[in-house]
Amino acid sequence: MTEPLVSMDVRHVGSSTAVVDIKGDVTATCEAPLMAAYEDASVGGTKRLVLNFTGLEYMNSSGIGMLVTLLVRANRQHQKLAAYGLTEHYRQIFELTRLDEAIAIFADEPSALAASAS
Amino acid sequence: MSVDPATPRDAGNWAANVTRLSVDADRADVGFNVAGRRLTGPQQGFGRLWQRSYSAHFGDSVTPADLIAGWKANFGSFWTAGNRFHGALIAPGEVAPIAVDSGAGMKLVTGILVLYADDESFTFMTPEGHMFAGWITFSAHDDVGGTVARIQVLIRPNDPIYELGWPVMRRMEDRFWKATLVNVAAHFGVDGVVVEEKTVLVDKRRIWRNAGNVRHNAGIRSALHLLTAPIRAIRHRNK
Repeated sequence: MTEPLVSMDVRHVGSSTAVVDIKGDVTATCEAPLMAAYEDASVGGTKRLVLNFTGLEYMNSSGIGMLVTLLVRANRQHQKLAAYGLTEHYRQIFELTRLDEAIAIFADEPSALAASAS
Repeated sequence: MSVDPATPRDAGNWAANVTRLSVDADRADVGFNVAGRRLTGPQQGFGRLWQRSYSAHFGDSVTPADLIAGWKANFGSFWTAGNRFHGALIAPGEVAPIAVDSGAGMKLVTGILVLYADDESFTFMTPEGHMFAGWITFSAHDDVGGTVARIQVLIRPNDPIYELGWPVMRRMEDRFWKATLVNVAAHFGVDGVVVEEKTVLVDKRRIWRNAGNVRHNAGIRSALHLLTAPIRAIRHRNK
């Protein structure tokens, strides 16, 4: 199996929000680190999950599929999902795949955190 | 890992963003259920969300890149009799009408967009009215024993009618994609290929706010199109 070229670090911000810093390639190989990050982020009853795509270098269609799986898991736990740091290229892909209708997109971390707190 | 947001490595692999699909004029007669439709991802569908995969080991007869190149070049020819793929090529942004055997003596006419394509995979996304909302990815990779070809779908039935028909459609999908993989294998000189199928229920919940998708149902619209063919013929003759 190909090693994932991605790192996902989790930061808990406040009592019910977690930020996942995604760096590298989002492909099918990132399923295990993404789900591990989700488990880590959900510790302590996290209600808002914010994905930081500032370090995203590459994403293929399997990577988008991973995000849908993550979204389903978050919905099941009644967690809100948001994202920020997408370049124009990846923002367009979120729009094309209509993922932007399910994951709220923000320009930066302060606005994502502010919106998820409201 | 350096980030260059100006030129992402995958920039040429994705279709350009579109709000509604358009069909080339030479395929307009089979694109009536595609032109003007929006794309539907898994979250725009209605029924339960399924991830299904069909895999086959091709051995050392072909590399993953050669397999995908051959698959792209001959995509429609690998489909089983009674089903037509009206795409010109498999490239990002290409819109292809399709006509599939509904099993009820009628063709269900819908289509796909080539969402993503690289040297070792390509992905279709479905429009409103298609049986399924989601993506289907065709890929190849190296594994123990050689090259593995895979078809993986991440889909929800698009509306309540399709959801009711899921048990039947599921079996039809099994037959169709297994036969397709056998045909791809034969193209590369691989006989007796065994297709492994795996199904995972990703989300058991239905999305009731999308029940209105039924207004785009390509099965219903294909039947209406067939029934109104004489009227269109008369209008065309009188022009």
